Amino acid sequence: MNLPVIIKFVIDLLAVLLLALGIKGLSKVKSARDANRLAAFAMSLSVVGLLSYYLGTSGIAIQSWIWIIIGSIIGSLFGAILAKKVPMTSMPETVALFNGCGGMSSLLVALGVAIFPISNSLENLDFFKSLINEVSISVSIFVGAITFTGSIVAMAKLQGWLSTPGWTQSKVRHFVNIVFAVASLIAFFDLINGNTSSIWLLVIVSSLLGIGVTLPIGGADMPVVISLLNSYSGIAAAAAGFVVDSQLLIVAGAMVGAAGLILTQVMCKGMNRSLVSVLFGGSLSAQSTSSSGSGEYTNITSCSVEECALTLEAANKVIIVPGYGLAVAQAQHTLREVTKKLEQNGIEVVYAIHPVAGRMPGHMNVLLAEADVPYEQLKEMDVVNPDFPATDVVLVLGANDVVNPQAKNDSSSPLYGMPVLDVQEARTVFVIKRGMSAGYSGIKNDLFDLPNTSMVFGDAKKVLNDLIGELKDLGVGEK
Amino acid sequence: MSFISLLWVLLLGSLLGLELIGKVPPTLHTPLMSGANAISGITMLAALTLIVKAEGNVPLLIIGSVSLGFALFNVVGGFFVTDRMLAMFSRKPSNKK
Repeated sequence: MNLPVIIKFVIDLLAVLLLALGIKGLSKVKSARDANRLAAFAMSLSVVGLLSYYLGTSGIAIQSWIWIIIGSIIGSLFGAILAKKVPMTSMPETVALFNGCGGMSSLLVALGVAIFPISNSLENLDFFKSLINEVSISVSIFVGAITFTGSIVAMAKLQGWLSTPGWTQSKVRHFVNIVFAVASLIAFFDLINGNTSSIWLLVIVSSLLGIGVTLPIGGADMPVVISLLNSYSGIAAAAAGFVVDSQLLIVAGAMVGAAGLILTQVMCKGMNRSLVSVLFGGSLSAQSTSSSGSGEYTNITSCSVEECALTLEAANKVIIVPGYGLAVAQAQHTLREVTKKLEQNGIEVVYAIHPVAGRMPGHMNVLLAEADVPYEQLKEMDVVNPDFPATDVVLVLGANDVVNPQAKNDSSSPLYGMPVLDVQEARTVFVIKRGMSAGYSGIKNDLFDLPNTSMVFGDAKKVLNDLIGELKDLGVGEK
Repeated sequence: MSFISLLWVLLLGSLLGLELIGKVPPTLHTPLMSGANAISGITMLAALTLIVKAEGNVPLLIIGSVSLGFALFNVVGGFFVTDRMLAMFSRKPSNKK
């Protein structure tokens, strides 16, 4: 072993260690931010390790430097700009986009190696070695393509650029996807057999498979899919590691792949859905049309902002249930003003956070933290559920499915079994909502029909602003 | 590196990944996902290798460069966005566990 090899070995080892510590630290609130920086540092370290190795052995041609610099500047610049500019509400889409690009990168590496076999400095490829090479190229292309198209579709659906086409909810989609999957397999084995031209077939059908699998999935399940695709991009990276013979890539890719799977599992549990039903069940709304889910509202009570303010003023304990509607209206800061007023009047205010509130686990916590809501006031579902019977007023802001009592009472409902917040146990429930439209699942919400529920119609931000005015008139929060 | 030892690396890496994420509070699901996502951009190393070994093959240089761009978009964007999210938590007195 000569010096560059030893140096690279030490740096790689250190990078793996730091990456592992980074992932570990990211799972605790206290250490998360430092852990993220540690991981970022480990990544830059790994680049330094790789470049120094090549500088010390084969050297790096000027031409290579130019292309390295072009690629890195453009990629980093766009990444940094997007990361700084994107609003917190679009976080799920952004993660999906980044993830898709990671998959694309693995795909391109494998494609490059397949079309222009690089002079492998290690040894002449014997049969076994070349077989492994081809398998890893194929896996990298297959997983990379699925990750890319799947993530882009997920992003487009979350952004509202793509809706769920009707045919994807029928049984036809299974047939179509099976065709794509079989075609990928054929291309896969053909490629391993040494038929390089089938590489394009593999690229095309695995891309189509990514689209075909993601397109039917409803928005409520999208976070799970993004997490799963995130795990895939780790697997794609590990496969690319086999292609270019890099242990570091394999370890890091495998870690992300495995960690992503666990996270996906955790999310599924939070929504009481199995991974299989998320992937193959289609969207909830499609199922509901055939079951008892739909129906007319019979007993809607609507009320004015003024009444809402009066009830709030008389309350002792208020629970806020924020949902995606709040995020869309960007009303988290206005909400904070309202709750500040209530608190000044000695009213206890707590936020009930459903595990999947805001379309992505933890998304709502991020948004409320942005509005300076104290961390201690955010209560998880299991903690807050026993408190509802002793609560005077519940304010539901842009949440819908997560407060639907059907999930507990109606075994024929598609929502049945999903953990929900028991808001109906409270004395009074105000639902602030733009209209009577259904939630993400497309299912009627029985909560709205209950006698203790009143609807306040309007955009969350506007209603909250009006509420501030009304509370002011009542002298709430004035010292 | 022989293939068998690479397989060992894969196996141990996976086990490590499974072990690392034990109990994650729901608050951290989004940042954790985003952080892990940034790490999966480690394919930038593969793209770099491709460019270095291209030996003047221009199409390969371009593919490598585009691949590097995509990977770094993922890495840089991923870490920045994660940091932005986590910055909101750390301002809070999170002395409870």
